[in-house]
Amino acid sequence: MSIDIETARKVAKLARIAVPEEDLPALAGEFNAILGFIEQLGEVDVEGVEPMVSVTPMHLKRRTDVVTEGGQAGKVLSNAPDAREGFFAVPKVVE
Amino acid sequence: MSELTSLTITEARDRLRAGEVTSAELTEACLAEIGAAAPLGAFVHETPELARAQAGAADERLKAGDAPDLCGVPLGIKDLFCTKGVPSQAASAILEGFRPEYESTVTTRLFGAGAVMLGKLNMDEFAMGSSNETSTYGPAVNPWRRGDDATPLTPGGSSGGSASAVAADLCLGATGTDTGGSIRQPAAFTGITGLKPTYGRVSRLGIIAFASSLDQAGPMGKSVRDCAILLKAMAGHDAKDSTSADLPVPDFEAMLTGDIRGKTIGIPREYRMDGMPDEIEALWAEGRAMLEDAGAKIVDISLPHTKYALPTYYVIAPAEASSNLARYDGVRYGHRAKLSQGDGITEMYEKTRAEGFGAEVKRRVMVGTYVLSAGFYDAYYNRARKVRALIKRDFETVFADGVDAILTPATPSAAFALGQEFDDPVQMYLNDVFTVTVNLAGLPGIAVPTGLDRQGLPLGLQLIGRPWEEGDLLNTAHALEAAAGFVAKPSKWW
Repeated sequence: MSIDIETARKVAKLARIAVPEEDLPALAGEFNAILGFIEQLGEVDVEGVEPMVSVTPMHLKRRTDVVTEGGQAGKVLSNAPDAREGFFAVPKVVE
Repeated sequence: MSELTSLTITEARDRLRAGEVTSAELTEACLAEIGAAAPLGAFVHETPELARAQAGAADERLKAGDAPDLCGVPLGIKDLFCTKGVPSQAASAILEGFRPEYESTVTTRLFGAGAVMLGKLNMDEFAMGSSNETSTYGPAVNPWRRGDDATPLTPGGSSGGSASAVAADLCLGATGTDTGGSIRQPAAFTGITGLKPTYGRVSRLGIIAFASSLDQAGPMGKSVRDCAILLKAMAGHDAKDSTSADLPVPDFEAMLTGDIRGKTIGIPREYRMDGMPDEIEALWAEGRAMLEDAGAKIVDISLPHTKYALPTYYVIAPAEASSNLARYDGVRYGHRAKLSQGDGITEMYEKTRAEGFGAEVKRRVMVGTYVLSAGFYDAYYNRARKVRALIKRDFETVFADGVDAILTPATPSAAFALGQEFDDPVQMYLNDVFTVTVNLAGLPGIAVPTGLDRQGLPLGLQLIGRPWEEGDLLNTAHALEAAAGFVAKPSKWW
């Protein structure tokens, strides 16, 4: 599988990382080197093998559906780049 | 280096309890060493006021006779751990200025046991790297050098600052985290001991996530016993981490009898790599002889899927990273890019992440995005999860055949020069060839320093144990440590 500039552009977009046009060829080259390395997995016979879900067999515990540490809006917002009136503030989302 | 800072945790504990030294004295001695060690780049956020307050409280507890093992012991904490009110930025520019409102479970437990935090330690950005060179703070530097050659060497990564600080006696021990080898490789590069526990042994709550199915925190120390003491304090069930195991935490230190007679140690033939330096080969053979002399039975074993571990890791870890790092969007914490007229929310995300993430983090997030994208999910991600199941099965088979622990080299080389492998990501990934299988299988693994290479640099061996049997693994490591008698220290140049 060879990654072209168009695919590199698409992946950058999906990852929400701005990549300048002039950097796309180098990025595609790096992807190809890494994917070339990963390509060896194609040799392995995985017929009938279930994909691993959890490395240690464990049942996730259930907990009671209650508020445990609520009522801390101030702390939740304390590291926000922009917070107003108890909310996170972002640029306009809907025109 | 001062006599006090070169103490092991074990020695410090005994002297603190005997009243021969105070935590305040130990802490001041460490702070002085840290102040004089800027060229190592190990500590990136110092917390002297907090350290002094914790030391004072520890001295009160010691006087009152209420002193757990770590009471009054000064430690360094990897920057990946959230520490309340103290910068915790995973060595990334995207978390610049972030001061958590809460404490990680590991640091909560350590502080509850009376430990003193000297500051935060350097690392690769988001723990992605094997040389500490992806850090936004600049690299940590290895206190070891090749004889008189002043070429700066890497302390390894990602827990490079932890390794450098412990090896240079800036602190008595440190926390690390290990996703593919990030405790064991730096420990081996700096002549210290580092343990990655079984997945689920230590809570991940408050540890900034990289690859959640692989990440595990563990101790880095000056001896196997110190690691046993640290692990006992760090480990245990946490209701706030659903993957943390609800199992009793044994007294690991009490299990260090040094008696390994009758234990079966496996030597996996697939770890004999083409082009492996003879020094590593010789070190491995010596370790095998040491364990045999101590009464263990040595058997050759096969772990047939070993060669697929790194490619599997470089699908699974980036996939999980791309998902975990989606949270850095410039909304809730950390950096937000300055926007231009007309920019909307998508531009905010794209510019924030372009500015905040370094090159290796971007590369892995995008590789992860690719392997999870429509059309490739089965070919890459699902296939990697299947191969991961086979890698785990390899280990289960040898353990079922009666193997108690597996002996391997810790790294394919001694510490290399900063800058040497930085431009070739795949070459850099090969650093983890002996360690990454352990994360994929969720097993405990420990790196123990056992020798020096021709240039005078430390080399380590790795022991891999059965799940949840860190006590038995530490005991085997203790026997190896005793036989190797590694006491070398770097000469102070910083």
